[in-house]
Amino acid sequence: MSVSSPAHDGSALSWQVREGVIEVALHREPCNEIGSLALEELEKFAGVLEGLPGDAHAIIIYSDLKAGFCAGADLRELYQRSQAMDKSAALKGVRDFLERIHRVLNLIDAAPLTTIAAVHGVTFGGGFELALACDLIIADKMARFCFPELRLGLIPGFGGIPRLKRDLGNAVVRDLLLTGRSFNATKAQQMGLVSQVVGEGEALRAARATAAQLGKFDRETAAAAKRFIKPIPHEELRREIDIFCELFSRPAVEAGLKKFVESTEAQPYLP
Amino acid sequence: MKVNKMKANDMPTANQTLDEILSLASVHFKVPREKLHPDEDFFIALGIDSLQTLELLTRLEHHFHVELPDYELQGVTDFRTLAGKIQARL
Repeated sequence: MSVSSPAHDGSALSWQVREGVIEVALHREPCNEIGSLALEELEKFAGVLEGLPGDAHAIIIYSDLKAGFCAGADLRELYQRSQAMDKSAALKGVRDFLERIHRVLNLIDAAPLTTIAAVHGVTFGGGFELALACDLIIADKMARFCFPELRLGLIPGFGGIPRLKRDLGNAVVRDLLLTGRSFNATKAQQMGLVSQVVGEGEALRAARATAAQLGKFDRETAAAAKRFIKPIPHEELRREIDIFCELFSRPAVEAGLKKFVESTEAQPYLP
Repeated sequence: MKVNKMKANDMPTANQTLDEILSLASVHFKVPREKLHPDEDFFIALGIDSLQTLELLTRLEHHFHVELPDYELQGVTDFRTLAGKIQARL
């Protein structure tokens, strides 16, 4: 892709180039749940990453929706598809989905440009994992993060555990994973997860200002620094897919998905 | 109406905490303060959904400079009990 090429305008996400920065907007109601449609478009975007020109220097991923950055995997689609096929076919479908989303997130993680997630509101599950694949997280003070997967009898499946462990350490992963509690942007910054906390509605502006600063550095130097400090934890990512699939085949998961899909509770992400 | 932000070293009484929650909820969810009562179900009084419940939780954490694990608030529906949970973490 040339940075002067036309912008892409998809159903789940769009991207355009603005002053050497590729801006990716998520905009699938209700809160950018990642299902088959979003995955297809993320794969298109990953194709862009494989042919980057020399004049782009940063990527910003943000949400156009008020509700938040991304509520994670599309559990309703997962549940409905699982119900429509036998268990082995459902498991194969889940593994295929995970392999594909891992390919995309690994490409974002290792992109030769500096990547920024500008987050606000709900940044849960797969949405949190998408942000974790980026180099920097800039958070609106109203952003809220959570790994709620255990409530379903699952672990995060989009690379969240290995990436959080790489970035912050095992104790933090255990706390967030095993309690399933949500936490705000200030707490996330205290942990070292978020690089900047900004006022309400200011995350994209702050991300653009940061991207402009990044553009002042030599791109090859920045890419070398990133390769040095940010290895992709391939082995643990592979193991994560295997564990997720082992867990997915248990009846508790079907019950957990059903409960979530049918829930009318104020905190449906809690068990 | 603006809700005065708590300072980190302030220690309000239980009634002050309750009053500040009611004021904060009134301002951010645009419900007249006089229509909110301590023992009322705040989901109904504020008309909030699950996403707005997270927003309320985040606003309360910022306002009172506390961390409120969601599981401690599970099943809490009235302002007074909510105030008690916050008071316990001040």
